[in-house]
Amino acid sequence: MKKTLFEKLWSAHVVDSVNDTTDIVYIDRHFIHEVTSPVAFSGVEDRGLKVFRPNQTVATPDHNVPTIDQHLPIQEELSRNQVDALTRNCQNHNVNLYGLGHPFHGVVHIIGPELGLTQPGMTIVCGDSHTSTHGAFGSIAFGIGTSQVESVFSTQCLLLAKPKTMKIEINGTLDKGVEAKDIILYIISKISSSGGTGYFVEYCGSAIESLSMEERMTICNMSIEMGARGGMIAPDQTTYDYIQGKEYSPKGEDWDNALAYWKTLKSDEGAEFDAVLEFDAADIAPMITYGTNPGMGIKVNTTIPSLEDIDADTRPTFQKSLDYMGFEAGQELLGKQVNWVFLGSCTNGRIEDLRTFSEFVKGKKKADNINALIVPGSKKVEQQAIAEGIDKILEEAGFVMREPGCSSCLAMNEDKIPPGEYSVSTSNRNFEGRQGPGARTLLASPLTAAAVAVSGKIVDVRELL
Amino acid sequence: MRGFTSPPQNIKMDKFTTLVSRAVPLPIEDVDTDQIIPARFLKATKREGFGDNLFRDWRYNADGSLKEDFPLNNAKYSGSILIGGKNFGSGSSREHAGWSIYDYGFRVVVSSFFADIFKGNCLNLGILPVQVSEEFLQKIFAEIENNNEAEFKVDLENQTFTIVSSNDVSEFDINPYKKTCLLNGYDDIDYILSIKDKIEAYETTSKVQSYLEKPVVE
Ligand code: SF4
Repeated sequence: MKKTLFEKLWSAHVVDSVNDTTDIVYIDRHFIHEVTSPVAFSGVEDRGLKVFRPNQTVATPDHNVPTIDQHLPIQEELSRNQVDALTRNCQNHNVNLYGLGHPFHGVVHIIGPELGLTQPGMTIVCGDSHTSTHGAFGSIAFGIGTSQVESVFSTQCLLLAKPKTMKIEINGTLDKGVEAKDIILYIISKISSSGGTGYFVEYCGSAIESLSMEERMTICNMSIEMGARGGMIAPDQTTYDYIQGKEYSPKGEDWDNALAYWKTLKSDEGAEFDAVLEFDAADIAPMITYGTNPGMGIKVNTTIPSLEDIDADTRPTFQKSLDYMGFEAGQELLGKQVNWVFLGSCTNGRIEDLRTFSEFVKGKKKADNINALIVPGSKKVEQQAIAEGIDKILEEAGFVMREPGCSSCLAMNEDKIPPGEYSVSTSNRNFEGRQGPGARTLLASPLTAAAVAVSGKIVDVRELL
Repeated sequence: MRGFTSPPQNIKMDKFTTLVSRAVPLPIEDVDTDQIIPARFLKATKREGFGDNLFRDWRYNADGSLKEDFPLNNAKYSGSILIGGKNFGSGSSREHAGWSIYDYGFRVVVSSFFADIFKGNCLNLGILPVQVSEEFLQKIFAEIENNNEAEFKVDLENQTFTIVSSNDVSEFDINPYKKTCLLNGYDDIDYILSIKDKIEAYETTSKVQSYLEKPVVE
């Protein structure tokens, strides 16, 4: 029978079946961070157990950490406690921890790929919904709750209902100024923030194949924002080249074995998906969101939908969202003043994102009204940026590069956007209060964020290229 | 349902069979987990007291006073059933969302559509997610609107949700294994631990495991 890549990998990881729809699935790699792990560690200890496979588990503190002065003790007590608890738990259970200041430290979904821990054919989980990022390598990667973190700690397995499969095919070439972030914001705007619920998505087509690994990660990262369990892209030469030579990639004979296996990882010609969607890359433009979920996005040069365009049932929720954002139905966003820009997160905190941003702002100046948070996703990204002189280019343009962490993506640390302020953000969620109580988030690509940062208002970056 | 006591720390799961209760309506679509429990309240290292911050920014003004018009603050609504709008629980995987709903005193959440991770987390916590049609959901909202003391019956064994006054019944789906777990208070981990020999056998045959670099603690 013809099988999809997802089905192949799922069945390769089934340890046992519970019923027709539910399996015990083996987990190859488990990433953990400080926020969703402490209760799971306590649970394991209450059972009188130890972490079952500690060397398949990798920890890093990212959600809570400050992004300045990381060499100093964390000021905020609760954050410090949580980071300390992670350190203690990792010591007690022999789990590898890349703590603050470690050369491998960073946002969990940034460090996995850049260390070669993320590979094709794996099952990868983390107590964090953006674990879908790792699917860019052709793995089954998805976010889990704390009870499930405890399950993986205790057994290296999860009891899971098998999701349905969806294929999203994008062919054609992208217009100048259109980035991977725009592709995914465009798809979500078409199918809504719940359009993928119940599915595991495979992205394919010529527009996807032409993307770099970092761009593919941006796409898979936001699969969860359409409600999908995860997203994946079949591995190809781009994937192998990215992994080869990384710290934890297979070496020598192991590499040859791994590569031979990875080359078999694709959906069979004619394999059936439960749902299939197709999009034309030429139709995609720089995107921006105007509302309080990632499905509320428009092409930056168009207008917010009018009330008549919205289902009667949904109008109250739509209106509530616009009220929060301080926008009106039918309004144009171009020219709207914005005082904050955030470059970073597991969606757009990789080196290519910093390059894109810095290339655009090079020789220009930050607009006076703009406060910018420029946050590399990891220590490695930070070091690479310094090696390439990106920090200097940013400085000359009036920006400061901070230290790695989740930062203003969820504002658990001090990097909060003030109430009522607009923030053009390269992160993944524009929920109410996501970037701080009362903050108003507009999601966009790093290139659009750069254009906003030098203009002080919403612009169509294509007109500045 | 204010004043419901927090579950003890090590509670694995309550048994769930049937429940008859009033319900609290929250007719808002796309309620995401950042609204259920904002990120700044995720800093605890123990599962305690999350109910106080359930829907924090919708429930309280910036000065800490209650927003009187928010349903959870409205004395006319009570009960251990929460009725939410379409696409409930989207966003983050934070189980804290379920913990806060549970800790506040809800045992059942009803919606016409649930986000996946949230639904799975609920089942692992002993909260029953009941998915009904959009039409039935609107009936429930209308029933509460008419009579805020209206009662609802949830019967897990028979997988039915009933509007008591009109005897209007909606059946709901649940994974048969998770149903057994809820009825008996079992959790997944005990079950998986019981097949540890199969897990170890699997590891010896896994392709990925054959070449996996495993970082060891330095
Ligand atoms: S950067 Fe944002 S989305 Fe990514 S892991 Fe951190 S908080 Fe979650």
